[in-house]
Amino acid sequence: MPLNIAVCVKRVPDTAADKNLDPTDFTLRREPDESILNPVDEVAVEEALRLKEAHGGEVTVVTVGPEAALTKAARRALSMGCDKVVHLSDPVLHGSDAQAIAYALACVLRRGSYDLIVCGSESTDARTSLVPPALAEYLNLPGLFHARTVEVEGDRVRVQREADQGYDVIEGPLPAVVGINWGANEPRYPSFKGIQGAKNKPVESLTAADVGIESTRVGLAGSQSQVLGFAARSAERRRILVDNKDGNAHVKLADFLQEAKLI
Amino acid sequence: MAAMGGDGFELSEEQEEFRKVVRAFAEEVIGPRAAEIDETDEFPWDIHKAMVAQGFLGIGLPEELGGAGGGPLDVCVLIEELARVSGGVSVIPLVNRLAAIPILLAGSDAQKREVVEGLVSGEHQYSYCLTEPGSGSDAAAMSSRAVRDGDGWRLTGQKRFITNAGISDRYVYFAVTDPEGEKGHNITAFLVPGDAPGFSLGRSEKKMGIRGSPTREVFCEDVPLTDADVIGEVHKGFQVALRTLDFARPTVAAQAVGIAQGALDQAVLYVRQREQFGKPIGEFQGIRFMLADMATATEAARLLAYKAASMVAAGDPRTGYFAAMAKTFASDTAMSVTTDAVQLLGGYGYIKDFPVERMMRDAKITQIYEGTNQIQRVVIARSLLHSGGPGRKA
Ligand SMILES: Cc1cc2nc3c(=O)[nH]c(=O)nc-3n(C[C@H](O)[C@H](O)[C@H](O)COP(=O)(O)OP(=O)(O)OC[C@H]3O[C@@H](n4cnc5c(N)ncnc54)[C@H](O)[C@@H]3O)c2cc1C
Repeated sequence: MPLNIAVCVKRVPDTAADKNLDPTDFTLRREPDESILNPVDEVAVEEALRLKEAHGGEVTVVTVGPEAALTKAARRALSMGCDKVVHLSDPVLHGSDAQAIAYALACVLRRGSYDLIVCGSESTDARTSLVPPALAEYLNLPGLFHARTVEVEGDRVRVQREADQGYDVIEGPLPAVVGINWGANEPRYPSFKGIQGAKNKPVESLTAADVGIESTRVGLAGSQSQVLGFAARSAERRRILVDNKDGNAHVKLADFLQEAKLI
Repeated sequence: MAAMGGDGFELSEEQEEFRKVVRAFAEEVIGPRAAEIDETDEFPWDIHKAMVAQGFLGIGLPEELGGAGGGPLDVCVLIEELARVSGGVSVIPLVNRLAAIPILLAGSDAQKREVVEGLVSGEHQYSYCLTEPGSGSDAAAMSSRAVRDGDGWRLTGQKRFITNAGISDRYVYFAVTDPEGEKGHNITAFLVPGDAPGFSLGRSEKKMGIRGSPTREVFCEDVPLTDADVIGEVHKGFQVALRTLDFARPTVAAQAVGIAQGALDQAVLYVRQREQFGKPIGEFQGIRFMLADMATATEAARLLAYKAASMVAAGDPRTGYFAAMAKTFASDTAMSVTTDAVQLLGGYGYIKDFPVERMMRDAKITQIYEGTNQIQRVVIARSLLHSGGPGRKA
């Protein structure tokens, strides 16, 4: 059965670039030129494309945000092989928190009849991991999150959900919302032809009014959480000395790294 | 960044995006292997395969024949970004393209289809055989001979310094077909399969740089060929060889720019974190001025390379003149920038734990192959003095 897949993507500041917060409203200053497709969403796009390759169908990219969401994030997804874009952009959305964005996305997604909605589990800027579950809730669809594998069989989707020490296998009926974890796959590089063709793929541009978003439920004012301040985390350097008197420094070092959750 | 359609001053948005992709590929796939390839001097088949899968070998080859499309500027971006990480690996698309150009310029439809399909699928690779033991810069003085034998040809000769010989299975081979004829107008290009009877290879040269790309002698002894193996017209092969070099030199320039950029990037990283006299050495003006000069020369070389590449694309009659300048300036820049990068890393620059000494060794070949820089200067000056003014066709 061909799948009608939507993949939700976000643009984030380039992981290599300096990040700045706007001191007036504590939103992230987003320099358009330094935006990239959220790396975890790239994994989601890859997963969506593999499902399309296995089952046939179509992958629609859904993104919310100003122009750069389209030109940086969505276009990258198109150059990887997605078929078209639905782009929601509206000044009323500025400052929306994760829940408000999920609401806005739900308003967009409700207009299509998608079998599967795929999201990255988190974005590298805000890292709340709230959007996929909130989205499932707004759409009243089953949510399968933190997936490390995704399989569709007939009208059911099955994922391996990553847990601390292993994984759970969970399954649900389509349509469903799936959140993909970092590392679930190795995203492809866009091909030369994919890059050349990306600009010619269809883009549907929507405003909040087009999809029936109530403006009181989005933006800074419509968000239920507010950022009140910020501070830089002090990066304190620590030095540890591992002695090797009893000849097992390697074990002690490994213990330390494990405790610090570095390995 | 405004797209100006890739005219050489500003790459198009797509070209910038393509650059990012190649850079990520180079850093992730080639980067971890670069030092090892240099050390072992073994052809990296795994990377060739990965580049084929990524479609890199089809860049700049006509779409209607199954290539990925794109033009000389896209090829420059590709080669530049590969060379930024590994000069040796960047030779793979470079030399395959060098050998494909004569076929695309003058070959039959069947030869064109075969070369594009072969390179794109990775099933075939091509080498370009011009240089001989007795004829390097004076390439037209070659002594390889092909003689008529019934309907076909018999080819005998020896070529030297043939890049990727033994890796390739298709050889574009230039030989004299009219020993009595005028020099340069008596040469024909042939397509010789690597498994032809009488075809053999010499040992792999032990090289200073671009290691991992074998350079070998090629021997032909009475190799039987047919008219279908002739590329273009009989006796017109040398003109094809020269036009090919005009077309390919911008890509050697791009390779040089990539090597220079790689060394500059390493140097910048290093001077920021290396501390002496209580501060990062990048705080010292003497270091900063060196970096500024390295960056300026690299950018200028890049512009000249892109300019020459856009001229190839446009079929500009001044291509040869600009291609020679681009190759000369970019390769001289690669040599000076990599040498300075080694200097900026001090003793660490001189040892193999850091990539800049490899880059310095890799840079040197760009001043030598596809015509030494002296020969480029001969071309530039000839164009200035004998062809009706600067920039006219030589
Ligand atoms: C690693 C490597 C890969 C190569 N790959 C290929 C390949 O794939 N295919 C191929 O056909 N060839 C290849 N070559 C050959 C290369 O193109 C030649 O080495 C080059 O053209 C110079 O020829 P030569 O070595 O015979 O030097 P020579 O021509 O003997 O030159 C020696 C010196 O004299 C200078 N000189 C010569 N004539 C003049 C002049 N008129 N005025 C001023 N100076 C002059 C030269 O610039 C040089 O400095 C490769 C070489 C190397 C080292």
